[in-house]
This record gives sequence, structure tokens and C-alpha cells, in this order.
Amino acid sequence: MTIDTLVFTGGFREPVFQSQSVFRTLMDCMARPGTIGRIAPAVLPPPPLGAMAGAVALMLCDQDTPVWLTPGLAGSALPAWLAFHAGAPVTDDRQTARFAFIEKAALLPSLSLFAQGTQDYPDRSTTIVVEIEAVEGGRPFRLTGPGIRDEAIVAPRGLPDLFAQMWSENRRAFPCGVDLVLTAGEEIACLPRTTVVHPLEA
Amino acid sequence: MNTANLATYNFAYLDEQTKRMIRRAILKAIAIPGYQVPFASREMPMPYGWGTGGVQVTAAILGPDDVLKVIDQGADDTTNAVSIRAFFQKVASVAVTTRTGEATIIQTRHRIPEEKLKPGQTLVYQVPIPEPLRFLEPRETETRKMHALEEYGLMHVKLYEDIARNGHIATTYAYPVKVEGRYVMDPSPTPKFDNPKMHRSEALQLFGAGREKRIYAVPPHTEVVSLDFEDHPFEIQSFENPCALCGAENVYLDEVVLDDKGGRMFVCSDTDHCEQRCASGHRGSLAYDGEIVR
Repeated sequence: MTIDTLVFTGGFREPVFQSQSVFRTLMDCMARPGTIGRIAPAVLPPPPLGAMAGAVALMLCDQDTPVWLTPGLAGSALPAWLAFHAGAPVTDDRQTARFAFIEKAALLPSLSLFAQGTQDYPDRSTTIVVEIEAVEGGRPFRLTGPGIRDEAIVAPRGLPDLFAQMWSENRRAFPCGVDLVLTAGEEIACLPRTTVVHPLEA
Repeated sequence: MNTANLATYNFAYLDEQTKRMIRRAILKAIAIPGYQVPFASREMPMPYGWGTGGVQVTAAILGPDDVLKVIDQGADDTTNAVSIRAFFQKVASVAVTTRTGEATIIQTRHRIPEEKLKPGQTLVYQVPIPEPLRFLEPRETETRKMHALEEYGLMHVKLYEDIARNGHIATTYAYPVKVEGRYVMDPSPTPKFDNPKMHRSEALQLFGAGREKRIYAVPPHTEVVSLDFEDHPFEIQSFENPCALCGAENVYLDEVVLDDKGGRMFVCSDTDHCEQRCASGHRGSLAYDGEIVR
């Protein structure tokens, strides 16, 4: 396929209903960290971005939300795809980005480089969508915090080795900090900034 | 689902760009429990004060498979509840119910249903004044700073003044709560009777204030603690007699005036709860057992 075809195809066929069902799945996962949501993404973004992350992008991004992309994504057809389907501008500045997308196996930058929000407006922070290899089968973490009854065990595969440390630094800045959306295939999981991540021995 | 008749409106009334904006605000609100996220509230085809905030939140999360219940002060059959339910039937062709247990989304004005909410249900509150500190400090810049600095002394002074004047905390509705040990939040003007139901609820709770342009949230299983003092602990209202229709105890009751000679009865504020109890044979002191002629 040519670059042009990649750019102009692959959006939601039924934007109203498909974006609603992706949103509800995402909202449930954000409200209940540790829950794994499963939904057919119904979009086809240009590689290397995966379908689920693409669905999240079209569901949440528009002209009001500057998007930060990794070098790998910025060099692909993705900026034009986002511009065509969502009207979302791409920014180099992590501090102004409302959303950031990290494709599978790309380096997850330090979370503190992204917009953290302020003490007055902690909501003005970046939501980072990270593609991982799988939501299961990796190093196990125990999660506690709002949205979790007692504890939840998750084992995402494909996060950096030092993820627990990165996350505890993010957690310490509460109410500021970033929120994470993890996607893999047709699956999705969320880590809002309130969640406490305890590493478990594998 | 029949979408052919919806051509004149987008599904659920709001345009997609507005829904995205509200959805982003909801996700931030869930990530920062109790913090009021500003959002660009839209004009709705109903006046401010009639639940435009709750309606916008419901419209942004609603899908064709949802079952919607709308209550106004606990009742399914009052003007506000009936018109909002009819609104969503018209603009979203959504299934509606009065049964708490069957609903996936419950939009509420000033009550939490008596029946325990389940995982997967979402409770959407209509909020008039989202800022719990507003009547103590009118300036938004100041209240925002107070939230940022976690400076809630003024709220305790207000509750203390209640005790100094009345001997007990006289706040009975919109009783301030602290969410997850951080933000003080207005639970909307629900009676304080309902505050304990917010604590570690199974359901997701979303709050929408249309005129004030704020959305906030309490995720499931989140600490919601009513403010109080060691020597004046938080207490909920109690009622001398059970519901006059269904005999329910430990529920919130409304007073109904019966005549001009001082006659009155107390009945469940939650009409669905009352009807279901009556249907399963529970009887209160004034229950009618004759045949109902419709």
C-alpha cells in the first residue's frame, strides 16, 4: 500500500458507536486498574502503531489535543493519519502534549519529562498510551489503590525493567503525574496515577 | 438497534467533538478522585439547574446497549426524572428501566438508590454547586489554591460552628467528604444518609455540574470519609417509624402531608425500592391492600 492509502483509510467505520464502545472499555479499565478490557479495535492505523492504540487515538484526540509521538511513529504515516482522521496536531514538546503514543518495543521515556499538571490543575497532564507485547505473561505486579477492592495482580510483558521505580516516582507527585494506558492486540489495561505498583518476585 | 430515526440528532444528542472533550475530562476525573476537572459545558435543551451536567456525562458514556434509570430525589416518576428519561429515549433510543438492579447507568438527582449497587453500574450525579468550599470562600482562585494546598481548615471551622450553635453538626445534606485522604468533595445535595453508601462503592460514581462546568469522579472501592470530629462523630439520619407503605427500616424516608389537620406519613424516598418491597408482600402501617383500579 502506498503512504497515501495508509493515511486515508483505517478509521472507524461507525465513529459514533465504535468510539463509544472503545471509550466504555477504557473508562472501566481506568476506574478498575488491573482489569483487562477486550474489544475489537475496529481501526487500522499505519504501522508501526498497533490497532488498539490507534483506536484510543481516534476516540480521544482531536484539534484540542496536541499529540507527542516517538521518533519511530513521527517518521511513519501516523502524523498524517492522525491529521486526517482526528485533526490532531503533532507536537515535539512533551510538556504541551495531552497524549503521547509509544509503539511496541520503543523506548519509554522518563515519565517526568511529560506534562505533570500543576498543583492547581493536576488534570493538565499527559496521558501516555504504551503498546506492550502482552498484558499477561510478564513480570508480576501487585496493584493497590482506588478502584481496586483489595489488590490486583497484573503481569504486563514489555514494560521497562525499572518500571516499578519509574511509576513510584510518578505516584509520589500525586495529585500531579501522568496516567498510562497499556495496549496489546485487542486488550487494554490502565494505570491511573493513584495506583500503587508493588513488584512481586517472578 | 434502530438508528434510522436518529438522523436529526447525533446519537445521544451531543456532537462527537463534545463527547471526546467530556470523555477526556471523565478519564482525568477518575485518575484524580474527588478533584473537579473543568470542562467546556454545552448548552443543553433544558435549563441550567435541571441536570445539564449529569445529562452531558450520561450522553458521553451512553451506548446503544445500556439500560438507563433516572431518579429525582429517589423517585422515578417526578418531572425531572421523567423528562430526562424521555430525552434519552428520544435522542438515543436507549432502553430504560425503573429497577435499580437492571440499570447499567443510573442518573440521579440527590439520592443514591437503597439497593446496593453492583460492579459494572455507573452512577451519574447531577450537581448544582460542585465546590464544597464555595459558600465559605467565593473566589475560585482561592478555593483552587486551598485544594492545591490541602487547606481544609475552613470546612472544619464551619462544622465546628454548627456544633457551637446547635450542639451537633447541623449539616444534613451536601455533607462534605474526603476522598482517598486527599480532596474534600461535595457529594452533591444528597442527604447525609447516603454518604456511607459512597464509601468503597462497587459502582463507578461520576459527577457532572453543567452550569459550573466541572466533572469529578469517585472510582469503585475508593475511600470516601465524611468529615467529623473525634467527639462529634459523623452520624446519619434515623427515623422513628418504618416506611408507611412497605415497612422498610434503615432507609431514607420522605414526609408526605395527608390533610390539613396535621396528618402525615413517612414513605421510602426510593420509589423503586418501595414498589419492589410492596410487590414481594411487605406491608407498612398505611399500605393499601384493596384492588387498585387504574
